Amino acid sequence: MGAKVLLIEDEPNITEAIGFILSRDGLTVKSHSNGVDAVDVVRREAPDVLVLDVMLPGRSGYDILQDLRNDDQTQGLPVLMLTARGQTRDREMAEKLGASRYMSKPFSNADVLQAVRDLLMP
Amino acid sequence: MSILNLLIAVCLGYVVFLFSVAFAADRAARRGRGAWLRSPIVYTLSLSIYCTAWTFYGAVGFAARSGLEFVTIYLGPTLVMIGWWGLLRKMVRIGRSQRITSIADMISSRYGKSNLLAVIVTLIAVIGTTPYIALQLQSVTLSINAFAQVDLPGDQVSETGTTGFLIAAGLALFTVLFGTRNLDVNERHHGVVMAIAVEAVIKLCALLAVGVFVVWGLGGGPADILARVDASDIARWEVSNSRWIGLTMLSAAAFLCLPRMFQVMVVENQDESHLRTAAWAFPTYLMLMSLFVIPIAVMGLDLLPEDSNPDLFVLTLPLMHGQDGLAIFSFLGGFSSATSMVIVAAIALSTMVSNHIVMPVWLRMTGGTAMMSGDVRSVALLARRLSIAAVVFLGYLYFRLSGGGTALAAIGLIAFVGVAQFLPALLGGLIWRGATRSGALAGVSIGFVTWAYCLFLPSFGPDVLISAEVMQAGPWGIGWLRPYALFGTEGIDNVVHAVLWSLSLNVAGFVGVSLLSFPTPVERLQGAQFVNIFDHSGTSGGWNAGMAQSEDLLIMAQRIMGPDEARKLFARSAQLQGLPGFLPEPSPEFIELLERELSGSVGAATAHAMISQIIGGANVSVEDLLAVADETAQIMEYSSQLEAKSNELADTARQLREVNDKLTKLSVQKDAFLSQISHELRTPMTSIRSFSEILRDTQGLDAGAQAKYAGIIHDETLRLTRLLDDLLDLSVLESGTVVLNPGRARLGDLLDRAIDATGGLDARLRILREAAREDIVVDTDLDRLVQVFINLIANCRKYCDAPQPELRIDVTQRDDTVEVVFADNGTGVPEELQSIIFEKFVRVGETKAGGAGLGLAICREIMTRLRGEIVCLPKPQGGGFLVSFPVAGGLQAAGENVAD
Repeated sequence: MGAKVLLIEDEPNITEAIGFILSRDGLTVKSHSNGVDAVDVVRREAPDVLVLDVMLPGRSGYDILQDLRNDDQTQGLPVLMLTARGQTRDREMAEKLGASRYMSKPFSNADVLQAVRDLLMP
Repeated sequence: MSILNLLIAVCLGYVVFLFSVAFAADRAARRGRGAWLRSPIVYTLSLSIYCTAWTFYGAVGFAARSGLEFVTIYLGPTLVMIGWWGLLRKMVRIGRSQRITSIADMISSRYGKSNLLAVIVTLIAVIGTTPYIALQLQSVTLSINAFAQVDLPGDQVSETGTTGFLIAAGLALFTVLFGTRNLDVNERHHGVVMAIAVEAVIKLCALLAVGVFVVWGLGGGPADILARVDASDIARWEVSNSRWIGLTMLSAAAFLCLPRMFQVMVVENQDESHLRTAAWAFPTYLMLMSLFVIPIAVMGLDLLPEDSNPDLFVLTLPLMHGQDGLAIFSFLGGFSSATSMVIVAAIALSTMVSNHIVMPVWLRMTGGTAMMSGDVRSVALLARRLSIAAVVFLGYLYFRLSGGGTALAAIGLIAFVGVAQFLPALLGGLIWRGATRSGALAGVSIGFVTWAYCLFLPSFGPDVLISAEVMQAGPWGIGWLRPYALFGTEGIDNVVHAVLWSLSLNVAGFVGVSLLSFPTPVERLQGAQFVNIFDHSGTSGGWNAGMAQSEDLLIMAQRIMGPDEARKLFARSAQLQGLPGFLPEPSPEFIELLERELSGSVGAATAHAMISQIIGGANVSVEDLLAVADETAQIMEYSSQLEAKSNELADTARQLREVNDKLTKLSVQKDAFLSQISHELRTPMTSIRSFSEILRDTQGLDAGAQAKYAGIIHDETLRLTRLLDDLLDLSVLESGTVVLNPGRARLGDLLDRAIDATGGLDARLRILREAAREDIVVDTDLDRLVQVFINLIANCRKYCDAPQPELRIDVTQRDDTVEVVFADNGTGVPEELQSIIFEKFVRVGETKAGGAGLGLAICREIMTRLRGEIVCLPKPQGGGFLVSFPVAGGLQAAGENVAD
């Protein structure tokens, strides 16, 4: 059994792509598509790594990250932020809120895989 | 030489004599000589134009027909002269201090210089006076005919019209010559007044001479006359109390209100104290005029043939008894009565007509540009002269048309009742400050209409102006509206009936409307001036009065300049005058200084008026008051301009704030859009890159997965293309380079097309329509219109958040415009977004509903191109959009605009 990765992403095609890449590397991939109950899903699933999109329906990825960092259970959870808004401001925001890694879309599959692996092996 | 020729020669000589009297008096007055011109006796004699030919000839006729009743005609003025002496003095005082030029001017001045009122009074005066002038012409013509009858007995005299015309022309000439020689502000005509004073003497002497001849020449002295009176019908005439009282009141009212009486009594008055003499002298004159009326009437009835006209007894009695000289003298008396009346009436009426009708119209037509030049003067003179000619000609016309059939006295009384309608407004204005312009207008108008209906119009005889049927049964058969029996008051004499109703309704209207309406500021000022004329126009002097005035001035100045400033000014002036304390004497220098100081604060006219009020002596004239009103109006206008300016500023500030808010919001929205557009572009690109890498890098990927991933790449490419298409479409629409393709189609079909394009009818969105109302053929760019419809329907599918979404499409045609409302049952566009929902890149929420927030922006651009509009309907329930556009779009012009 590989490590468990939770993917929170609303665009089904991207979910499918990332799921494909990570599964082929032996990771268990779970996904969720909206922001509203994302924090609960993270607590329930207790993944080893979280891949989090910023622009989600219902709730922004930043808010979710902030909640996770304020919660003892998820404080140290490695989080890879993905965003389609490739502005500097977004990167700064992600770092300030405590994202472990930050990548802007479109990404290279290899980079995503590498980033998740890095996060799983500190 | 026949008596007629002799008469004409004497007559011409007399006219020449009058001309020279008038000329001499005018010249003397102009050279500042002739104190005799300003004698109270001349004033009293000029009042005698009350006794016109009507009185001269008609009184005898009146007596012969209805006995002693003729006395009422003299009784009224006598009562006024003696009993209402104070009121007359008030009128004269006001007339002088306000520079009143006519009765119309008096009434209009009192009610805030209302020109409408002046015009109405003028019109009534013209209507009421015209028959009276006709009457004078008629009497002169009749009297000349009486002489002609002696020359050529039995011969019908056919030249009535020519005689009348010559007399009218001569009178007009005289009036123009002496009535408009100069345009004096005081409107005084010394020549005319002197001439009518001479005429007054002539007519009195003539009547007395005939009386003496009749009593002692024909009769056997007073005793014989008294016996004849007892034996005649005159003694047996039933005296009707109501008619007596009515006629006395009527003549009293007319004495005050007749334009010509007002002219001699108020306008031509030289000195208020003349009234004191006139108060006894004029009644005496009237008494002398009436002294021999009954004897002449009795002797006429006794001695002359049955069919003789009693109106001409004064003439025919001496004629029949060979007293040609006396007859000619008597004729001159009647001639004098007639001419003096016509002359003064023409002057009075022409003043009113030119001042209140011609000049205002002319000034308005020329836009007041001539005010600066001397034009006004010459135009005013011309207007005056033409008015005189017109007034006299009108009288002549009436004389010709009426045919001279009516008895003289009847016309006179009718005219009296007409002008008596001024009385309530005139008297009320003098004694009651609460009287208002509206009240005066109402009273005068109601009285005038009642008079015209009950007396004037019927006087032309049945079926001339009012049909006999109306006279008998009332208009439309309404009995209580019969002209001679208003409200069922039957059995009263026609004149008394008309007096009763016209004056009652007049007073009721005047008082009622006055109580219900509010006076304007100028009216208030004028009302106070008129009612309290004696309070502030008296002369005062002496040291004590001076000091009292200084104190008053100080109190006033303090209010305007502030206490300290005022006291400083007064103390400084006192010091300069070498007086102890802080009150200077109101010397001319000081007054001037104070006026200058005050005018800085309140305007020159107001300052002048205020100071004049306090120091007395000088009265505040109408011009002053109007200037005050003007100044006040200017100040008010200025302050309202200031207010408007500050409102404007506040408005601009608010608009700026709104624009700023909108810009800020837009800027935020635009940032959000940039993120959004970045997201919208990057998302499909992410899938494309990711799956293409998978296809490239993954060994042994099964065929199903390969096909699926290639499909995703394909779809995402299309999505990117769509997005770019939208952006390009919008940019084309915005730049105005779009080419439209007009076409014709049924609106219902277009909606069908739009619904099909959004996925057709399905259970997820109920679409409610009314096919019948969609049966409108529209002429516009059909594809673009459908594009808008598609957008709106698609939006509804995406955003409607009701559990069971419903979209109602409602079509209405208003004139040339079609309105299509798209309303769903969701929560609608959030209020804060409604004002910017049509801006580019604005989306409701951040939901991934699909578009990039360009749909509505595109819709708005399209509708603008189609010469219509799209608006967001703020509805408490359900979001809604209203699309409206012309049925026939006339897009050719739009196409031309953008074709190249």
